[in-house]
Amino acid sequence: MLGLRLYMLQRITALLMAPLVLGHLAVMIYAIQGGLSAAEILGRTQGSILWFLFYGVFVVAVAIHGAIGLRVIAFEWGGMKGAVLNLFTWAVGIGLLTLGARAVWAVTFA
Amino acid sequence: MTPDFLTVTIERGPDRQDRFEVPAYDNQTVLDVVSWVQQNADPTLSYRFACRVGMCGSCAMMVNGVPRWTCRTHISKVLDGNAVTIGPLRNLPVIKDLAVDMDPFFDKWVAAEGVHHGALTRDDPIAPIEAESAARVEANAAIECINCSVCYAACDTVAGNPDYLGPAALQRAWTLLNDVKDEGRTAILDAVSGTGGCHNCHSMGSCTAYCPNELDPMSAIAGLKRETAKSFFRRGR
Amino acid sequence: MRAARGITSRAHPLWLAYILHRLSGLGLALFLPFHFWVLAMAMTDPARLDGFLAMTEAGMVKLAEFGLVFLLAVHMFGGLRLMAMEWLPWSASQKTLAAGTTAASFLIACLFFLKAV
Repeated sequence: MLGLRLYMLQRITALLMAPLVLGHLAVMIYAIQGGLSAAEILGRTQGSILWFLFYGVFVVAVAIHGAIGLRVIAFEWGGMKGAVLNLFTWAVGIGLLTLGARAVWAVTFA
Repeated sequence: MTPDFLTVTIERGPDRQDRFEVPAYDNQTVLDVVSWVQQNADPTLSYRFACRVGMCGSCAMMVNGVPRWTCRTHISKVLDGNAVTIGPLRNLPVIKDLAVDMDPFFDKWVAAEGVHHGALTRDDPIAPIEAESAARVEANAAIECINCSVCYAACDTVAGNPDYLGPAALQRAWTLLNDVKDEGRTAILDAVSGTGGCHNCHSMGSCTAYCPNELDPMSAIAGLKRETAKSFFRRGR
Repeated sequence: MRAARGITSRAHPLWLAYILHRLSGLGLALFLPFHFWVLAMAMTDPARLDGFLAMTEAGMVKLAEFGLVFLLAVHMFGGLRLMAMEWLPWSASQKTLAAGTTAASFLIACLFFLKAV
């Protein structure tokens, strides 16, 4: 169910995300000072290649990490297996990637 | 102070529980209680034991929801008031009453390459072993495993994943991997990297918490993860 | 009742860490699509995004936000703990020391942030 390759993918994406999560937490704590607004968020991120890369990498990693994590839960607790389980994993991964990429694009270059 | 009688509930099937009043003694193991029931109250009760001294690993059962070796578990340690519930070992098919089919457990032992991979013949000289070497110390850590399947019954990953090799088999693989007399390194690493391999472990540690011989299968499995991860970077698989 | 007994019978620290990691991960995975959908409104419907962001001032929502930050922090530290346990062949006392140091440094960081805020 979880072979070496998926295990390594899960750990590598986790290591990649650890500093990104810290950055995300720090930005959140900073950004909520005095309330949130669309203008404030966009003022920070729009047109910034750096934020695009930061959140772009974050979204790719989280799509992989989330898909593998939900795969394990669907198998162990939901009894899903075989082709259905593989389909579910891919659907979660592609779903998260699509939604995430759309959001990153929306706040940077759209 | 021990009560005069113990209230013993024995799970004998998905929806059958029998209750027995068993006389209490000062020195009494869980296995003694089960034996009293079989000898004095219900001769049809099936259970399994052999050595009664914690060496053979055949008498493990669920006692108040916790897997234990019943021959070395004093009843006073597990009593809830003066009551105790005893059931068949978890995660294994029940044959009858308290006797489970251990075949899946032993099959996985072999599937994890828990067999000797020798390279020498009887004509070769005996290979000297450095008793204090790091690898030997690591290998020694788990050689007292008695195959009682307590860790296998304690593991929630086994419960949710029937293919998972489980703590005992993987710990054996780790022991052999560290044994300089064993030549099966590649076979072992491949066997523990499959779909039911060590990477399914979530390090919840119930195996280590409940092992009656105080072994540490969780750390052994972590060792396998480490070695397979290293070989992943080295061999690309 | 059965489930409760099933949990208490194996509620040792590592098992609790496992269940916390799993549930926080599940929570985050369920929240993410909503998070992405709201942010994408910057492109599709900026006025509605501002409406959503204004909601973050409400008490209940604030509590939910705190919950999400907690899930994220707990999942990250739980994951780092797991990888340290798996990949670094530490002795038990070294692990305790490392966990203690991490907790202490996290506490200091939190204090710093509270001051800064």
